[in-house]
Amino acid sequence: MSAWDRFAFTFLNLEVARTYWLDIAAGISVTVFVGIVVVATGLSLGLVLAGLRSLGLRVVTWPILVFVDLFRSLPPLAIILVIYFGLPNVGIVLPSLVVLWLSLSAVLAAFAEEVFWAGITSVAPGQWLAARSTGLTFGQTFAHVILPQAAKLAVPPLTNRTITITKNVALGSAIGVSDILGQANSALAMSTNATPLTIGAIFYVILFLPLVVASRRLERRFAWGVAGS
Amino acid sequence: MNALAGEFLNLDVMWRVMPMILAGLARSAVLCAVLLPIGLAGGIGAMLLSTSRVRAVRWAAIGAIDFFRAFPPLVLIVFVYAGLPFLGVELPTLASIAIAFFLNASSYFGEIYRAGIRSVPAGQAEAARSTGMTASQTFLSVTFPQAVRNVLPELISNTVELIKLTTLASIVSVPELLHSADLARSLTYNSSPLILAALIYFAILWPLVRLAGRLEHRLR
Repeated sequence: MSAWDRFAFTFLNLEVARTYWLDIAAGISVTVFVGIVVVATGLSLGLVLAGLRSLGLRVVTWPILVFVDLFRSLPPLAIILVIYFGLPNVGIVLPSLVVLWLSLSAVLAAFAEEVFWAGITSVAPGQWLAARSTGLTFGQTFAHVILPQAAKLAVPPLTNRTITITKNVALGSAIGVSDILGQANSALAMSTNATPLTIGAIFYVILFLPLVVASRRLERRFAWGVAGS
Repeated sequence: MNALAGEFLNLDVMWRVMPMILAGLARSAVLCAVLLPIGLAGGIGAMLLSTSRVRAVRWAAIGAIDFFRAFPPLVLIVFVYAGLPFLGVELPTLASIAIAFFLNASSYFGEIYRAGIRSVPAGQAEAARSTGMTASQTFLSVTFPQAVRNVLPELISNTVELIKLTTLASIVSVPELLHSADLARSLTYNSSPLILAALIYFAILWPLVRLAGRLEHRLR
């Protein structure tokens, strides 16, 4: 067998691909579903935390800071393992999908809070005062005056972070979630051939490459916007 | 409450597994010492290629960078680690991890350096060239140092990310910190070793996270 033949047989085996591609494709729905739920939960929690922090109450701010620093510093896989293996021993049994969702959402929320907070503090304090003096409530000021200005600054870093976290859905395979990587891994074990990994990799690239390219564009556009304003 | 403490903060268990945890920590330190320079140096290569004046080179480099930024790092590690042996290529585990990290980290660091280069005004290079410096002298002593200074917070943040990513080596059975802690957990039927590992990661990474935040604040 020539080197190319061996390579093709190992990584691009049509026979193996035909047998397993549907199984691996089934993992796409898990990856996409967990990804979307994590993004929704993480971003909204991050926004809520940033909003609470702007109240300026020490009792609220301190726990938020602890949460944010903790989840920005810990490796996501360590968080997942602690929750997945630790909680059952104290009587709380969560499905692996829920563990994955909670862990990744907490990590995304921590990063999102920091980004939103940076956006909020970049808005001149006079904006708060002016809005409040026209009779808007705190919530109205936050939602209609501060947030729209803060969001503009927050978009590029948030997109990048969101993509990074969604890629981490693959970590679920370590605790038995049947996402793309999980499915590809079991097909790899059954077929003793690397082609399932190639298929999985192709699915990941199809899912994420458009997001990466879009974030590059977004970054350029928002960079111009900030420079011009 | 006692059940919680016994499960997560059991000092007895932590003390017993300490040698394992420390061995894991040493292994993690070796991983970082190997992988971080690979990423930082590979990033310079990626930056040089993606800012090349030859359009084909530039586009190919940007394409490769986006490709590897779209590829989940764990998938990359499993691909290199589990795929190559089927080809008859037997690499030491550390080498497969190094290949995966080279591809992933170079792409991220490359983008950061590139943003840094763009942040240095063109007049700097023009002025340096007009004093008679060569192109490479200009780059090495004028443009690059300023570029690095401007993106120092991002470089530190990405270093934190890289250190966190070394935990993925546990999935391909490298006995690094998280892997040792998880093994200790399964031996003691207790989660305290994982908490101990988490505390160690936090103690190492938290100062870096704070440092990056502070530098960012100062530069703005």
